[in-house]
Amino acid sequence: MKIAILLKQVPVKDATLELNGDGTWIDEDDVQFEINDSDHYGLAEALNIAKDNDGEVTVVTMGPDRVKESIKQALAKGAHQAIHINDEDVKSSDPLTRAKIIAEAVKGENFDLILSGLQSDDYGYGQTGVLVAEMLGMPHATLVVETEINGDKIKVKRELEGGWFQNIELPLPAVLSIQSGLTDIPYATIKGIMMAKKKPVADVEADDLGVELEGGAFKLEKIYTPVKSKETAVLKGDADSVVPQIIDKLKNAAKVL
Amino acid sequence: MSQGILVIVEHNNAKVNRISIEAVTGAQKLAAATGQPVYAAVLANDCSAMTTELSSKKLDKIYAVANPELADYTPDGYTVALAQLIERIDPAYVIVGHSYQARDYVAKLALRCGGALMSDCIAMNADGGNLTLTKQVFAGKFNADYSFSGEATCFISLQAAAYNADELESGSASVEDFAVNLNKSDIRTTVLEKFEGTKKDVDLAASDIIVAVGRGLKEEANLEIAEELAKALGGDIGASRPVCDDGWVGADRQVGSSGQTVSPKLYLSLGISGAIQHVVGMKGSKYIVAINKDPHAPIFDIADVAVVGDLFEIVPKLTEAVKAAK
Ligand SMILES: Cc1cc2nc3c(=O)[nH]c(=O)nc-3n(C[C@H](O)[C@H](O)[C@H](O)COP(=O)(O)OP(=O)(O)OC[C@H]3O[C@@H](n4cnc5c(N)ncnc54)[C@H](O)[C@@H]3O)c2cc1C
Repeated sequence: MKIAILLKQVPVKDATLELNGDGTWIDEDDVQFEINDSDHYGLAEALNIAKDNDGEVTVVTMGPDRVKESIKQALAKGAHQAIHINDEDVKSSDPLTRAKIIAEAVKGENFDLILSGLQSDDYGYGQTGVLVAEMLGMPHATLVVETEINGDKIKVKRELEGGWFQNIELPLPAVLSIQSGLTDIPYATIKGIMMAKKKPVADVEADDLGVELEGGAFKLEKIYTPVKSKETAVLKGDADSVVPQIIDKLKNAAKVL
Repeated sequence: MSQGILVIVEHNNAKVNRISIEAVTGAQKLAAATGQPVYAAVLANDCSAMTTELSSKKLDKIYAVANPELADYTPDGYTVALAQLIERIDPAYVIVGHSYQARDYVAKLALRCGGALMSDCIAMNADGGNLTLTKQVFAGKFNADYSFSGEATCFISLQAAAYNADELESGSASVEDFAVNLNKSDIRTTVLEKFEGTKKDVDLAASDIIVAVGRGLKEEANLEIAEELAKALGGDIGASRPVCDDGWVGADRQVGSSGQTVSPKLYLSLGISGAIQHVVGMKGSKYIVAINKDPHAPIFDIADVAVVGDLFEIVPKLTEAVKAAK
């Protein structure tokens, strides 16, 4: 069984981000990058399915050279090979354009299953998996928290709103967007890290895929710090100076002391 | 030239969902700014309860799309049916609430119709004839403005509470049945059972004081400092989703869109960034104190008190001070 995991690299969760000069992206200079949160769960689920079904996992990542680091990590955790779609200057922020590039890059691989995380922590469009499914003519499910292969079908458990869940079944090949939660995230072992070095990474140039890269229906005009709607008392300084001020608020404003 | 705004209305137990009422409200405001008619579409096996509910709203028309294959939601069923309706109406905009259901199919529908979707928007602005859509990026740390160009239909999903349902305009709307060509063979997924997750042991909705912990706590062993503070305050522990996913606390302590909705007298958050899915569950709290080391953390936007600093330095001292104050 051939399984792909679409994996994105995003700024580390703990990074204090600043905007770049023209307000179109973040200032990447002092920022570290890591694998997107829900994509970790996607990778974990892909590896689980591969283990039980004699499968092979291909990591598919689009981005500039820095994403090689995330690819290496995913290979160290057990993925078998990777496709790096090189997009040096991250030309388009349009969700449809990005999905088209990925669909073009994976089309010829005939995957039985394409997994992605539910949404990325940068743009957060949450559309890539759904769009790739439609482009490749495959059925899909989102918000997936459990999977079970039954012959040429896959049964998935989906998260619904208000604490509810639903089971549905799809014919393979299919695309699934994975929600965070129920599987354990694998760690890279020393052996895994050693083996990762020998695993094949295919380089594909985004420019060579025949997709119109610039433009698209949506154009990102600017990114900015939101204007606050609520009045907030901001307390800064060392613990000894802020703690009495918090106590004062708990007593006199929140009235819980 | 495409014309009009179509709102796809979601429902549960024969009632229109609040997020769809908000979407209609947003559509009415966009209509006022652009001079376009607003239509609503309901998909079900039997649409009557929802169309009746909507008929007293200010809408130009309600389309009832009834079909046995629409009794259960499926992405294929909704896409095939709505693509036919959209071809017939040819709207300039299609608006939906950014619900779990919308996440599942609207991007596919937009593509099928030759349009494109901007998801999870918090504002639509049509001043000067050009549409600007605003959405949160980097998990709420920043906002981004997008322009839309082209002749195709623009699909927009709106974040919960982007528009205030209390501002919905009343009126009277006619209902038109729209028959779709939809067969079992169009639908590739089989819907099986629906069930509720594990039952709750703690009811945070009843708590007066919640000390909520996030991934900023770094590791499970550090829970103790939060528990001590909660104990000193006489409160309960709540948590963000990643903390529950990692099993540090039970899933029943999760606050947010896929957890509990709480409104205590005091919500004191430690190392929680304030992603929208968390915030929707706690923004109704009477008083919010947030401790976070990132001055851009979005939790500060809704906090009464924003404490910018390291929780590991502040919390133990705060616990001692609370004990002394009691
Ligand atoms: C469909 C869907 C449903 C979801 N439902 C929920 C839900 O119900 N509830 C929920 O919570 N989330 C939910 N999420 C996840 C949500 O989007 C966020 O990922 C999550 O809330 C982030 O949790 P966090 O704030 O604990 O972690 P992070 O976003 O990683 O934030 C950690 C914070 O800790 C701060 N920090 C780190 N170290 C320190 C320190 N020493 N001192 C002070 N501060 C520090 C950092 O600055 C950062 O702001 C959902 C997501 C999706 C897509």
